[in-house]
Amino acid sequence: MYQYDQHDQSIVDARVDEFRDQVQRRLAGQMTEDQFKPLRLMNGLYLQLHAYMLRVAIPYGTLSSRQMRMLGHIARRYDRGYGHFTTRQNIQYNWIKLEDAPDILAELATVEMHAIQTSGNCIRNISSDQYAGAAADEVADPRPWAELIRQWSTFHPEFSYLPRKFKIAVIASDEDRAAMRLHDIGIQLVRQDGQLGAKVFVGGGMGRTPMIAPEIGAFVPADDLMSYLEACLRVYNRYGRRDNIYKARIKILVHELGADEYRRQVADEFAHVKSLGIDPPLAELERITAFFAPPPYAADAPEGVDRSDPDFAVWLDQNVKPHQQAGHAIVNISLKPIGGIPGDATADQIDLMADLAERYSHDELRVTHAQNIVLPHVREADLYTVYQALADAGLAEPNLDLITDIIACPGLDYCSLANARSIPIAQKIATRFADRGRQRELGELKLKISGCINACGHHHAGHIGILGVDKKGTENYQLLLGGSGAEDVSLGKITGPGFDEDGVVDAIERVTDKYLQTREPGERFLDTYRRVGFQPFKEAIYG
Amino acid sequence: MADPDQTSIGGEPQLRFRDDTPVEEPAVTLDSFVAAGGQTNSNAVRLEAGDDARALLPHLDHIALVEVGFPTFRDGRGYSAARILREAGYKGELRAAGDVLVDQIPFMRRCGFDSFAPEAEIDAAALRRALDRYEHHYQPAADPAVPVWKLRHG
Repeated sequence: MYQYDQHDQSIVDARVDEFRDQVQRRLAGQMTEDQFKPLRLMNGLYLQLHAYMLRVAIPYGTLSSRQMRMLGHIARRYDRGYGHFTTRQNIQYNWIKLEDAPDILAELATVEMHAIQTSGNCIRNISSDQYAGAAADEVADPRPWAELIRQWSTFHPEFSYLPRKFKIAVIASDEDRAAMRLHDIGIQLVRQDGQLGAKVFVGGGMGRTPMIAPEIGAFVPADDLMSYLEACLRVYNRYGRRDNIYKARIKILVHELGADEYRRQVADEFAHVKSLGIDPPLAELERITAFFAPPPYAADAPEGVDRSDPDFAVWLDQNVKPHQQAGHAIVNISLKPIGGIPGDATADQIDLMADLAERYSHDELRVTHAQNIVLPHVREADLYTVYQALADAGLAEPNLDLITDIIACPGLDYCSLANARSIPIAQKIATRFADRGRQRELGELKLKISGCINACGHHHAGHIGILGVDKKGTENYQLLLGGSGAEDVSLGKITGPGFDEDGVVDAIERVTDKYLQTREPGERFLDTYRRVGFQPFKEAIYG
Repeated sequence: MADPDQTSIGGEPQLRFRDDTPVEEPAVTLDSFVAAGGQTNSNAVRLEAGDDARALLPHLDHIALVEVGFPTFRDGRGYSAARILREAGYKGELRAAGDVLVDQIPFMRRCGFDSFAPEAEIDAAALRRALDRYEHHYQPAADPAVPVWKLRHG
């Protein structure tokens, strides 16, 4: 894992001092709320329906046990004893007092954490593959590149007042576990003639106008990457729309210019920017990469697992994934217990996960964009012990990528932008499909719920998506089918008229019934949908 | 970092980080400056947020002041305009005018602005703290700050 040197630490410490100063000026009435808003937003502090919400950055979703324990401590001391892991691999606290926020940041800084640029119209926390460094299919660990980009983008003086927020993801496998092409910039590390470089996609996103990012840079070498990103951002900062907040994301600029014209403008800007000498030397990438060296795996870790406990076997098959190192495995901890709030964890659960990581996963945890937690490096011989500890804490739901592994935004229960509640819908769906045999029969089925058109719950990318809208003062839920945030990326299509809360659960059941009747051997729901098309499902829903 | 000269005369920059004599003439618009091929009596140009700063590049030798307008503090186009001018070697005064807030001035200094005419008065003590706060910067920009990677690798 990356460790701060004195420079990194001094920047984060200065940020704590700066935000304390800003909060004091706000509380003293020296700033209006309108002037304070962009400052607090650039530090992840939102004013929500009931209280302030603080979003803490977890760069590329990687954290140590010590950092995880700090997240539990903050939940306990400053919130109501829980935190909410987000689709951007961060954590948010929903019940924060403004006057406590500087102290929280000071505590975070003691474990090399912060809330820098977790909101606002700036470059946000860099996201990545939750299996980075452990996945069997990666060409390299993407996190050193993500860290390089994190440093470049932190307090970037030119790009802190962009037309709109800006999200970057970095992956290094053909299998996309990070919804890479639904980011403003998506980067896939690839090898070309033995050299590692970045394939750069620009202009993806969800929100009210979902778009899949086209490829803009086919192969950008490591020592050109900062200049290339600077060029991408400068074109956007100068020409992205500022007249309409709903058209201000870079996806609209790329769409309106066309990918070819945007690529040409970036190439022109790059030719200039490259002459400025802003790229760090390759030695800096090497320095960072050294922090991400593989942990000291036990060389003789035995392979094979005793499956005699049937509940354990179910969990093993669903939540545990192959590791690049023999005798090891990747453990997914579901934060989607049936009837729970997707992504929520109590302080005690956070502490337990930290303890397990320390003892059994080389001190490392990951947060996934699907709002689960990963122990990336567990010996197969330890899997049963880990499972039992998780089960005792209500953290062993064997539902990874099944219909109850639902992504949901906070919705109208917390969010000031929402039109409808998301959490109760997720709870109803999970309860309806709670039977484990039934879930496994349905197989991989990614269900995603957003409580408004801003799409924080990724409904466009759900195999089944749900969008909550306000229809003449009552909550109404539209159903979408056929989206995907993976390497087979696609955008879901709205089925037709929306439903009320119970109606949408019934409609989902008609969809899954239709799938079971129609599928061919080996087909996931998404495969069947793509083969037979939209119409049979529409008929099943509306009769 | 040099202490800014503080003045509060209307129309004058409130904050100036230069030792030369301020330009007295009123600034002309980019359109009129470019239409005259840079051959105007004025050596001061005003850029609005949406203007293309690169239109000035052929004329930089004749310009002593570029004023960049910030219609709202949220409009960040002026930061790119400033860097483009400095990257092209412009050495004259570069002024940020309009809705400029104290917490933005450190970023603007890094982008090459060296004078400020904010609509609302800037609290001098808060500005002092803001400008002195960060000892290190990750990325190079248009100021002399040495990026952290250079400190690490020489």
